[in-house]
Amino acid sequence: MRLEVKKTYKLFIGGKFPRSESGRVYIVNNHKGVFLANVAKASRKDVRDSVVVARSAQSSWAGATPYNRGQILYRIAEMLEGRREQFVAEIRELTGKSEKQANQEVDSAIDSWVWHAGWTDKIDAVAGNMNPVAGPFFNISTNQPTGVVAAFAPQDTSLVGLVNTIAPAIVSGNSVIAISSETLPICAVTLAEVLETSDLPGGVVNILTGNASELGSWLASHLDVNAIDLEGTSNAAELEMLAAENLKRVIRKGSYSRNGAQGSLQHILDLMETKTVWHPKGH
Amino acid sequence: MPTIDPEAVVGSRITNQSLSRWLHSLPGVDKVGLEARTASLGTRSIKTASKAWALDMAIQMMDLTTLEGADTKERVRSLCLKAITPDPTDLTTPQPAAICVYGDMVKHAKEALGKNKIHVAAVATAFPSGRASLPVKIADTKDAVNAGADEIDMVIDRGAFLSGNYLEVYKQILAVKAACLRKDGTRAHLKVILETGELETYDNIRRASYLAMLAGPDFIKTSTGKVSVNATLPITLLMLQAVKDWFDQTKIQIGVKPAGGIRTAKDAIKYLVVVKETAGEKWLTPKYFRFGASSLLNDVLMQRQKLTTGHYSGRDYVSVD
Repeated sequence: MRLEVKKTYKLFIGGKFPRSESGRVYIVNNHKGVFLANVAKASRKDVRDSVVVARSAQSSWAGATPYNRGQILYRIAEMLEGRREQFVAEIRELTGKSEKQANQEVDSAIDSWVWHAGWTDKIDAVAGNMNPVAGPFFNISTNQPTGVVAAFAPQDTSLVGLVNTIAPAIVSGNSVIAISSETLPICAVTLAEVLETSDLPGGVVNILTGNASELGSWLASHLDVNAIDLEGTSNAAELEMLAAENLKRVIRKGSYSRNGAQGSLQHILDLMETKTVWHPKGH
Repeated sequence: MPTIDPEAVVGSRITNQSLSRWLHSLPGVDKVGLEARTASLGTRSIKTASKAWALDMAIQMMDLTTLEGADTKERVRSLCLKAITPDPTDLTTPQPAAICVYGDMVKHAKEALGKNKIHVAAVATAFPSGRASLPVKIADTKDAVNAGADEIDMVIDRGAFLSGNYLEVYKQILAVKAACLRKDGTRAHLKVILETGELETYDNIRRASYLAMLAGPDFIKTSTGKVSVNATLPITLLMLQAVKDWFDQTKIQIGVKPAGGIRTAKDAIKYLVVVKETAGEKWLTPKYFRFGASSLLNDVLMQRQKLTTGHYSGRDYVSVD
């Protein structure tokens, strides 16, 4: 007989796995209500640190070629596929889904990464434009990432909802601070391990586990966060008001389905800004 | 101002031999103890009211620095304007102590600062390497003083120090100090840069501190910011111990200026804790403690905004350097 090695579930900030600065943890139970694990409970200061690293990682991620970003997103799908059994087991333990249902969720998560990987170099081809103007100018609109995105993953799924929250943000070159489901956070930490081994630069994705209501106002009022996705929040109206004070992009709760194997181009574009360039013609 | 008799401190006539004997009789530095002490002071929790005080004090102690080969008159001017109004959204923000520039930029800085109380500090003596003959170093210093510099940051000759030629180092500091005299009889403040990153050991840093203090500068400063190892907390603690012991022995108070690599408000507050706990409150003033920094100011301003507004600030809300 050997002693079972219990896992410590930690946060994912700047490509590292720190404990919460506050030292706090909270208990996560399985679907039968039996103790499963202690998970790090992120604090305001973890939010602060995440924003700092997300900001410093963002420009070089946005500066990578779209082709390279696509390769890295595809790599995430590959790595996720390799850990399928672990995800299936975790989803079943957490939610009580059948093996078939759990497999379907992992399929959707992997397919969603592939779907998003394909978009990196096509966004501008589809959503960019050569505008007709009455003058001797080329007038071109392109889409630029908005910057640092704070995103609250849906509370009712453990993996696919989180993937469909992170991928639309990073596909275009944003960096993201994702808050996982509070009661179903185990897959989020495992996903962080996948991201960490997928050539994704540290700080592009940061995953915090903990209480969304506690962290929400710090992110919504933070002047160095450019957009906020309110999907998994319970006080969305209050956060939307805080975000309005500093002109953040806001994705309202319920705007997009997060359970599918495909995302939405509009979701990607919601986290981008249009840049229009005038260029003189004929000289 | 009290003065000392160097010969009485060293215990005999000043020769290279007597300086060497004096410096090598200083107690050795306990490396493990020094680093453990710094680490424990660095973990201290600072509560909101103290933090607000510390942030304002850090700004007032700042020598806002630009020492690039690519410096222009305009860049110096914009830095001066930033020093005059660090945060246009909050006019209660205090001003930094000084602007620190190369000698040829002193006149531009003076012009931009006008009648403001902010000092202009100039690096001199073939900064950062210090590799020039003494007449050139003196000319460099006089040039900056004549252009109106209030403070001179000189570098010691590390080559001479490391090869044991202490007398040479000592004489050079004295000569540069003499060059700081203005025509009206007043003297520009002198800061002596030890360039601790090149001195290899803590023992050497202690010796260099004492050797510099013997020549009677106003400040001893850690680094130029131009080598790979710049100011660190343990080095600053060590130098603070030196100035404190020097004060107890001679009643002459000398300041300390860590420079290079201090970028966050959190770091700055750690330094202030070390000052308070090592040298004491007498040193918690811009007259006796300074930060040499360029990007630190923006971080302190953001933390200050966090305290006044209650939410975190961002880089879009402070000026670009």
